[in-house]
Amino acid sequence: MASLPLQLDHIQFIWYIAFICLLIGYAILDGFDLGVGILHLFSKSDKERRLMLNSIGPVWDGNEVWLVTAGGALFAGFPDAYATFASSFYIPIMILLAGLIFRAVSIEFRSKQPMAWWRWMWDILFAGASLVIAFGLGVAVGNLIQGIPLDEYGNHTGHFTEFFHTYAFMVGVMTVALFMMHGSIYLMMKTEGEFHEKMRLRVNPSIIFFIMTYGFATVGTLIYQPHMVEAIQNRPYFFLIVVINMLAIANIPREIHFGRDLRAFLSSCVNIVCLLALYAIGMFPNLVYASNDPETLSVTIYNGSSSLLTLHILLLIACIGIPLVISYTSVIYYIFRGKVKLDAHSY
Amino acid sequence: MDVEILARLQFAVTIMFHYIYPPLSIGLGLIMVIMEGIYLKTKNPLYLDMAKFWTRVFALTFAIGVATGIVMEFEFGTNWAAYSRYVGDVFGSALAAEGVFAFFLESGFLALLLFGWNRIGPKLHFFSALMVCLGAHFSAVWIVVANSWMQTPAGYHIVKNGPTMRAEITDFWAMVFNPSSMTRLSHVLVGTWLAGAFLVISVSAWYLLKKRHIKFARASLKIGLVVALVSCILQLFTGDRSGKVVAQYQPLKLAALEGVYETTKDAPISVFAIPNPWEDRLMFNIAIPGLLSFLAYGDFDAEVKGLDAFPKKDWPHVGLTFTTYHLMLYMWGGMLLAAVLGVYAWCRGKLETSRWILWFAVFSVLFPQIANQAGWISAEVGRYPWIVYDLLRISEGLSQSVTGTQVLSSLIMFSVVYTFLFILFIYLLTQKIRHGPEMKEEEETAYHSMEVYIGEKHG
Repeated sequence: MASLPLQLDHIQFIWYIAFICLLIGYAILDGFDLGVGILHLFSKSDKERRLMLNSIGPVWDGNEVWLVTAGGALFAGFPDAYATFASSFYIPIMILLAGLIFRAVSIEFRSKQPMAWWRWMWDILFAGASLVIAFGLGVAVGNLIQGIPLDEYGNHTGHFTEFFHTYAFMVGVMTVALFMMHGSIYLMMKTEGEFHEKMRLRVNPSIIFFIMTYGFATVGTLIYQPHMVEAIQNRPYFFLIVVINMLAIANIPREIHFGRDLRAFLSSCVNIVCLLALYAIGMFPNLVYASNDPETLSVTIYNGSSSLLTLHILLLIACIGIPLVISYTSVIYYIFRGKVKLDAHSY
Repeated sequence: MDVEILARLQFAVTIMFHYIYPPLSIGLGLIMVIMEGIYLKTKNPLYLDMAKFWTRVFALTFAIGVATGIVMEFEFGTNWAAYSRYVGDVFGSALAAEGVFAFFLESGFLALLLFGWNRIGPKLHFFSALMVCLGAHFSAVWIVVANSWMQTPAGYHIVKNGPTMRAEITDFWAMVFNPSSMTRLSHVLVGTWLAGAFLVISVSAWYLLKKRHIKFARASLKIGLVVALVSCILQLFTGDRSGKVVAQYQPLKLAALEGVYETTKDAPISVFAIPNPWEDRLMFNIAIPGLLSFLAYGDFDAEVKGLDAFPKKDWPHVGLTFTTYHLMLYMWGGMLLAAVLGVYAWCRGKLETSRWILWFAVFSVLFPQIANQAGWISAEVGRYPWIVYDLLRISEGLSQSVTGTQVLSSLIMFSVVYTFLFILFIYLLTQKIRHGPEMKEEEETAYHSMEVYIGEKHG
């Protein structure tokens, strides 16, 4: 084993970064299509709804793969954290899975029949499922930040009703607001004409909604979760991320004002990167924070990881696979660039 | 009911439902590539229609496959946390490779395949079809490797003790090429081709019976029949290899599959029998003497270990293992018969008029589905009492913090959601079949599109 190039704690750190990057990828990509889903019922006409669906049509499937891969990366790199997380959050994960199934199915089936009741049924399911997924993800993050009680083998000792507390609720609502904003900017970028103008008007309230919930969640974190800000207190240069985050958010309405939709969307992406970076810095090195005894019982990247050899194999797989994934994902987004139009192959 | 049986039941329900779809997508993926390849070669628009139609069916099976597949990935952690901790170092890497190499490839190029008819050139479109097909096959590779490792573990060592004990990789390639992985992979892949081929055969035969889309149906049926016949013959070899691997590494499973209660030399193969669980013997047994010894060890006199060589508490459910295994074999017989009859009628030029052969072909779609499900049940139930063979018992793999009530409620949820999903799937599949290969809506004929060749041909 001495011949392996990297030290255990270095490669554990690298794989943590890789895992966070997958989460960021998922949040940016599935974030906008969940947002489009939440916004779905705000449009009343069938044509607008079809435009919205088809703006995410070719890509939503691939976007969900980021969640699958992030799950796989956690399982492979930090099996203890994966096992603790999944068995502790049993009920929320089951609800999330049901949401993902219904969402996939509604996109696929909605436009297969012309009857109004049929389309309305799937529209409500689609929007509802998107909302539940976004809120559920936020609640899970809120609980990971607050921590859950664990025993010495990493088994959850609390009850699932304890997951629904004020702080988790705040993070849940913030996630919904974040995806709504991100989704509305994406829609604006992908549409033209009358619908585009409508979306322009809808972006501003969603930005304000997001900023408000972000404010609440930040105050909540400062008051209830002091352990999240220790890292930034110890290393003040991390505060730069907060500054970039604020500038990115402020830049969104500015770009929209000048009609530069793509740049507004990129600013929104930067916002998501900053938010998850702050989460990753605050949590480090914990993957699942033990609220009853953080020092000894938390599952960290150091005590919950796979072996040195496996982490090397994973890194190799990632080094071969990720450039491939990024190159053909970019090609696909390039081919489907430009504004959405409905044709015979549309949903 | 206790958590263990509920968790096993939930895994069985979710994996069996999931496994209706991936075989169809892998098999249809292959057929899609063949059809589009023929179109590129011959420029005959008929094959373009065929490729388009089967791509739409593919998309339906793929969408449900993805949605139900995400469930599987998280279920390892939710219900089998202790197992996940134990195998994560080994099993997790295969799963991560699947995500990176298979799913991204499949879902990415599927976008081009479905929505790119008018956006990309025919050659790039064919390339996308090839990539989707490849991605679908890769996804089978990694998950079968992971499952085979649970049957015949290799390339690992055990570290730590007590509840923190786990397996760690010592040799990645030994883990990937464990004794059963390539054999089982070939068996599984040929099984998926059969699933795809018989769906095509069934739908085409139905069109011929109803005298609709005759040209389309005839051409599709022929492709389906060729793939089916070749796969049926291949399956004979992969099945034989799989049996030999089971005999070598999992003698208890072999005994349960074949209903061998007592260790015997020149062991027979039973063609038909009903296992009697009270007296531990086979009833109404019709058997060919010595054949099992020969097939398993290449010698009619070889000794085959019976169930009596193992403690009774470790026996798998013999009735279930034996019955599903034999059901799989009968289904293979049914598929071979359907394929041979179809090819026979084709050679005599009577494909469209042999009504009873066509009706048989319509129902043949069920054979590979039943065979795939039954084969997996016998393989997985036959692994009992081990979750990882000879290393970790099923009871040791459970999540410690999950209660029976939680599992029961999620089991009920999945049963309801999946029943609903299955009805929808059948409904939409029927809709697509009724609608047929013709596209009613007016199609854009952009310059860079598959239609280009048709344009050339007609003008």
